[in-house]
Amino acid sequence: MSRRGIVKSGFIRSLDLKHGRIEMVHGSGGRAMAQLIHQLFLTAFDNEYLRKMNDQACFQSFNGRMVMSTDSHVITPLFFPGGDIGSLSVHGTINDIAMSGAKPSYLAASFILEEGFPLSDLKCIVDSMANAAQAAQVPIVTGDTKVVEKGSGDGVFITTTGIGMVPEGINISSENARPGDKILVSGTLGDHGIAIMALRENLSFHTSIESDTAALHDLVADMITAVPDIHVLRDPTRGGVATALNEIASQSSVGMMLYENKLPIREQVYAACEFLGLDPLYIANEGNLIAICTAEDSTNLLNVMRAHPLGENAAIIGEIIEDSHCFVQMQTRFGGKRVVDWLSGEQLPRIC
Amino acid sequence: MKYIDEFRTGTLAQKIAAKIASEVSLQRDYHFMEFCGGHTHAISRFGIIDLLPENVHMIHGPGCPVCVLPIGRVENAIRLTQTPRLILCSYSDMLRIPTASGMSLLKAKAQGADVRIVYSSSDAIKIAQKNPQHQVVFFAIGFETTTPPTAVAIRQAQALGLNNFTVFCNHVLTPSAISHILQSAEVRQLGIVPLDGFIGPAHVSVVIGSQPYKYFAEEFQKPVVIAGFEPLDVMQAILMLIHQINTGRAEVENEFTRAVLPTGNIKAQELVAEIFELRRIFEWRGLGLVPYSALKIKSCYADFDAEQRFQIPTLSIADNKACECGAILRGVKRPQDCKIFGTVCTPENPIGSCMVSSEGACAAHYSYGRFRERNHSSMKEN
Repeated sequence: MSRRGIVKSGFIRSLDLKHGRIEMVHGSGGRAMAQLIHQLFLTAFDNEYLRKMNDQACFQSFNGRMVMSTDSHVITPLFFPGGDIGSLSVHGTINDIAMSGAKPSYLAASFILEEGFPLSDLKCIVDSMANAAQAAQVPIVTGDTKVVEKGSGDGVFITTTGIGMVPEGINISSENARPGDKILVSGTLGDHGIAIMALRENLSFHTSIESDTAALHDLVADMITAVPDIHVLRDPTRGGVATALNEIASQSSVGMMLYENKLPIREQVYAACEFLGLDPLYIANEGNLIAICTAEDSTNLLNVMRAHPLGENAAIIGEIIEDSHCFVQMQTRFGGKRVVDWLSGEQLPRIC
Repeated sequence: MKYIDEFRTGTLAQKIAAKIASEVSLQRDYHFMEFCGGHTHAISRFGIIDLLPENVHMIHGPGCPVCVLPIGRVENAIRLTQTPRLILCSYSDMLRIPTASGMSLLKAKAQGADVRIVYSSSDAIKIAQKNPQHQVVFFAIGFETTTPPTAVAIRQAQALGLNNFTVFCNHVLTPSAISHILQSAEVRQLGIVPLDGFIGPAHVSVVIGSQPYKYFAEEFQKPVVIAGFEPLDVMQAILMLIHQINTGRAEVENEFTRAVLPTGNIKAQELVAEIFELRRIFEWRGLGLVPYSALKIKSCYADFDAEQRFQIPTLSIADNKACECGAILRGVKRPQDCKIFGTVCTPENPIGSCMVSSEGACAAHYSYGRFRERNHSSMKEN
């Protein structure tokens, strides 16, 4: 095999990236698979680690603490306003790494492709992943491809795994929320979920909402530089802000009080939730984070977040209170109080 | 959001709360039943209880379509899914209702049954068109609000000449349920359920109008205030009910004037009358057998009646013994009075139907209000 990440001249016929489809041979380990890897994946993801064409990527180890995370993406539809499964799979794992305060270093990507999947769509997805990885400056250094028979998958499933390095002195964990701390979010709630829902076959409605999918590690870097003592970071994906806050409340053994009039929610998302009978607090986000820090640090942190393009709509939405029951409560705009419970059941299937 | 925020304004809520506080007599208690699950949901979601004086009590009524459907009908639907090449369509909450054996449509689906969630009856028509080799059954539930769309679906199916589409009809009637509650021993003789007035249905009244409630106000001397589902509607209706009681009146008043006419939606009523007729008797969960309280498909539309096509039998299956859904639906008990509330029965693992739908009294209290019972026995596990 060639050690150079360029299209091999040895393939008799180039992949038909316009009209071709995934066939079982693309996963068989033979020449067809090698061609797919070379022409599609290596070309798009090109970097020094991949070019070696080993079964693993080899890199220098860090001094200090490292984090590792993995995330599978099974979203339907594959393409949506603001992104696609490719960019989402890169952002998802980068964000999981970044929520420890770590700087993401490398990604691995694994594809399960369904027989018959159009190569043109696969190329769009792979290019989108490459662009997302390049923009985030986190290379995809190793990967794998499998093909399953038609009917055994749903087009394409992508699993990404990442590792990152935690800067000295940073200790961010979901068990660190303390009574008196403030709860911040970096952006408007529910954009991703509503953008996806608008495309569902049996729900389709017109909206200008785009998914908020984005890599948040750059925002996090600014945040920890300004406030190294951030207690908790979490990206509220499936289950939305409500579920993420309930998880944190249990892990930290605290209660929370949210203020409904402080929640940043776009008018269109609010309206869509209203007519679909959903609550924006439970709708998935893909480019939003929850931060918890001391009350003293909160204004500074809010200003730093708002100064970043991905944090323009940041807001302080509530505070940590003592509560042995770990209830997340909300002061409603109406003047009453209520529990903001865990998501129960399924609000939306296959959202990320 | 325009036309929504106006009905959720906190400052106006405080003003109505102050009026209620000045209007109530401290010499007595006020017990009002909100019939509809939509009101129950609004009361819980917006924390309306926090804005009411302590002597104003809200009793959750049986107006949650998922909650009142007896287990036998759910069992019928599950058995129906075992028919080869049959697609059962229904609204999502229906899928989670457990039967006595713990089975549900969702579990049947996991075991291979073809069960589809639809958002409207017309989705079921589309599924029937796309699957001509399959029988498509629409599991229709709900009060007067969801009945006209089912009627439209049957008319559509007829116009399209669909011979693979039928409706398993479970539509029920609000006035019959209110009568049944008012005539129950608990309200009339025993006084277990003190009931001073009703918050009347919102969307149901858009269809049937305000006239059908006059009977309750006159015969039973209970004031009825029809109210919208927004929190300010509910607050205003409570104020109007208190005012009626304090002035010794028992009338039907309409707070929801922006949508409800005295005569309702005549066109929808005519459509329903064309397709459906009264059932002599129908079982309600919690209320038992209630005469003339439900609809069935007229014999001239029998081709679209799943009960006819699939010979669906009448099944009467008892509720789980520990479950208090029946008493809760009649207003005799509150969710927190049930021993299994919040322990064995939760939204994730509902035992009773009131824990399934977000409009169910138990689910609403569990999801939004249970912080009020921190020291209640049902919270012991914490």
